[in-house]
Amino acid sequence: MQQERIDSVRTYTVVWLALLVLTATTTYVASINLGPYNTVVAMLIAVAKMLLVALFFMHVRHSTRLTRLVVSGGLFWLAILICLTLADVMTRGWIGVPGK
Amino acid sequence: MASQVHQVHEETAALREQFDTAAQQRDASTLGMWVFLITEIMFFGGMFLLYTVYNHLYSDVFALASHSLNEVIGGVNTAVLLCSSFTMVLAIRSAQLGRRKSVMMFLVMTMLLGMAFLVIKGFEWAQKFQEHHVPGPSFHLAGTAMQGHAQLFFSLYFAMTGLHALHMVVGCGIVAFLLFQTWRGKFTAEYFTPLDIGGLYWHFVDIIWIFLFPLFYLIDRSKG
Repeated sequence: MQQERIDSVRTYTVVWLALLVLTATTTYVASINLGPYNTVVAMLIAVAKMLLVALFFMHVRHSTRLTRLVVSGGLFWLAILICLTLADVMTRGWIGVPGK
Repeated sequence: MASQVHQVHEETAALREQFDTAAQQRDASTLGMWVFLITEIMFFGGMFLLYTVYNHLYSDVFALASHSLNEVIGGVNTAVLLCSSFTMVLAIRSAQLGRRKSVMMFLVMTMLLGMAFLVIKGFEWAQKFQEHHVPGPSFHLAGTAMQGHAQLFFSLYFAMTGLHALHMVVGCGIVAFLLFQTWRGKFTAEYFTPLDIGGLYWHFVDIIWIFLFPLFYLIDRSKG
């Protein structure tokens, strides 16, 4: 195929090693008390790993714009689901409700 | 204005009648698979949301329960799964280059790593049964009076890792089928769409675990 881009074994190896290093890092960082930032760091590393797998292993970076739009749209919808629900659950104690 | 004249092409697996070019057919398959994967993201997403909400409401008990999981085993299992994604992508690369034997070798490696993940997970679950950490009449988590909230943690743990494991079992089945098809010589450098699509599924299941691992094993480890 002319249009098909074939990545080098080197690229895949670098991505794979980066994923393993990130896994070791996140496991190690979990043992250090960073207060609320433990969750932030763990989630940032997880998102970084997801992006590496999606862009390189799932070839999203070589995909058509339509496919990329559909992928981002799906993640955006998931973000709506999570953000709106948490906006409710996490703010319930902020203001007192009369009679409660 | 003259309408565009399409050349009639001979139908092959790489270029079905309804497509103009092989690239168009490939892009259509990729897009279709992604639409399916998004339904899976929303499916798992609901459970991730449920876990996040309860983790927020009962954070102390969830931290205690999270401590009972072994993060080293979880980390090793994450590495096993990442290795399987690596061998999977190498199988696809070999397919792009038309190297049938190396496709088969990498598919076997992927399947073995996937099974290794399931075996490790099985031992982990077995230990949870011995420790009475499985929700039910004999459930007990030491160190808290909130046994109900603790059961909620383990219900979510078993439901989510269980559903993930089910996806792994299906994935192993898909890889076995792809291996059979490759062995029969169904794929060429021009046509290997099922391999491509199967690879997307395998990597997706890997991504789910990439999020399950920190959520269940790591985020509350430094607490309590």
